Amino acid sequence: MPPSTLPDFCNLGVMLRVILIVNGLGVLAGVARSPTWPGWWQEFLPIAVFIQPGLLASLLLLCGVRQLLAGRPYREFVFTVFVLEILIGVAIFFGMQKLMPGDTFLSIPAVLAFVTLATSIVLFYLNLRSRAWSPAITEARLQALQARIRPHFLFNSLTAVLSLMRADPRRAERVLEDLADLFRVLMGDNRELVPLQSEFVLCRQYLELEQLRLGDRLKVAWHIDKMPDDALVPPLILQPLLENAVYHGIEPSTETGEININIYRNRDHVYMVLRNPYRGDGASHHQGNKMALNNIRERLALHFDVEASMKSRIVGSQYEVRIAIPYTTRR
Amino acid sequence: MDSPLKILVADDELPARNRLKEVLQDVSEAVNLSVVAEAGDGLKTIALLNDTAVDIVLLDIRMPGMDGIEVARHAQNLTRPPAVIFTTAFDAYAVRAFELDAVDYLLKPIRRERLQAALEKARARMGTVQPGLERLQQKARSHLSVSERGKILLVAVADILFLRAELKYITIKTARREYLLEESLTNLDQEFGLQFVRIHRSCLVARSAIRGFERVTDDAGDGHWAVMLEGIEEKLAVSRRQQHIIREIKGG
Repeated sequence: MPPSTLPDFCNLGVMLRVILIVNGLGVLAGVARSPTWPGWWQEFLPIAVFIQPGLLASLLLLCGVRQLLAGRPYREFVFTVFVLEILIGVAIFFGMQKLMPGDTFLSIPAVLAFVTLATSIVLFYLNLRSRAWSPAITEARLQALQARIRPHFLFNSLTAVLSLMRADPRRAERVLEDLADLFRVLMGDNRELVPLQSEFVLCRQYLELEQLRLGDRLKVAWHIDKMPDDALVPPLILQPLLENAVYHGIEPSTETGEININIYRNRDHVYMVLRNPYRGDGASHHQGNKMALNNIRERLALHFDVEASMKSRIVGSQYEVRIAIPYTTRR
Repeated sequence: MDSPLKILVADDELPARNRLKEVLQDVSEAVNLSVVAEAGDGLKTIALLNDTAVDIVLLDIRMPGMDGIEVARHAQNLTRPPAVIFTTAFDAYAVRAFELDAVDYLLKPIRRERLQAALEKARARMGTVQPGLERLQQKARSHLSVSERGKILLVAVADILFLRAELKYITIKTARREYLLEESLTNLDQEFGLQFVRIHRSCLVARSAIRGFERVTDDAGDGHWAVMLEGIEEKLAVSRRQQHIIREIKGG
């Protein structure tokens, strides 16, 4: 049995789930208090008025407390949460009495009962969920989602290295070193987030290998002036997309094509936008592309829940993939 | 002493061509050969085959524009077709197909011993037509080819207005001229069903070339539908059995 871990109340997905659960409980309480079925709505309204400021205060406080309690035992965390919630509940109860004197709708016992029940259910649910998504299971899923490079690329690269062996042995050595770096990452343990800088270096090495094979046909434009080097990203988030761009956008044509990569930070998100020429070709190509995109989408969800997104679209003669990841620098 | 084997190397990647030429250089100690030409894409390969006498083509399968398998099919139209040896880095489907049809292929990176064995085998096959290439084709061809005065003439499928079966041949009609092709209309219909539509037992019309439909009355006073096409005056009759295509095309 894995140990219980602290839920991350700063995560948008966790926040949304808590809001839904507590409001759901509010609806149930309204239904319970209402003598007639259609009347639940009128009972729910005052409860909702009580719930929303409580939720807001709770989530803000818990987001802060989580960092203070990081590393402490789970029991201490549960205790702190209950104390905090009861304090918030009581404070809001007296606050509302001040605002609307004479309103006898809510009583202290009812508030305490609701707060205790809601807190228990939320913590129980989050604990259950974190066990279901326990590191072991998440890691197993991430392992299964390991990005796989096309064998086509490996064998063509090896041929390219062989072609340099006699004419330019020093360059051949460098290419083999790049290839080794790339495969070290591809075959390595890719479950932990890595700094964006190291993903960028890997992508540049990869594109240099492709450049060797494709020569003038491949042009690459990096726009990384505003790239946050320290941002943490899932490893191999860009490389498979670049591989797709080469395979679908550059290789099918005899003409020069450009791959355009733009990485920047805007407030608390890191954006990665990748463009390549769109060649409307066979269905089999789209299949391979979809697989890589789904793989990345699933890894983003495992790491960032709903806070990360990936969209792809066709703009004129260009194919575009846009990824947004929350900007974090601590693991 | 035999005259040297004339070899054409076709691959879209320069390092791959260079490597292959190095290995051929090594093999030349044992086999009398000379590399007479090299090409970086399918159309260039066909152009070179038309102008240069070639005994053996070392042909990469995955090339931009026209892939290696289509090049090999068109090359069969030469009076003296070269023997083809395919090269591929990794293509599970093609490799399986090769094993079935015993067409020779080499996996990249290519070893000297394998190359030498393949060349010796190909020498015996020079000048003969290679069966089974159609079955290797994974997608519709980009061009049709006809043989004129021993050379290959490529007709881009995108330029074709209609294909009409006439006695022994099929007439290919483009805006500029007509060509005669020796293939079956049924097979063409299967291969190009997405781009062409059958308007008559003996006629396939390019969907993109259709300008409209017209009701015409022939000399006997019978009415029927005809297709009007971009770029030419000629109207083609739609048979009664195929009239449903008018609604399909107009509808979307």
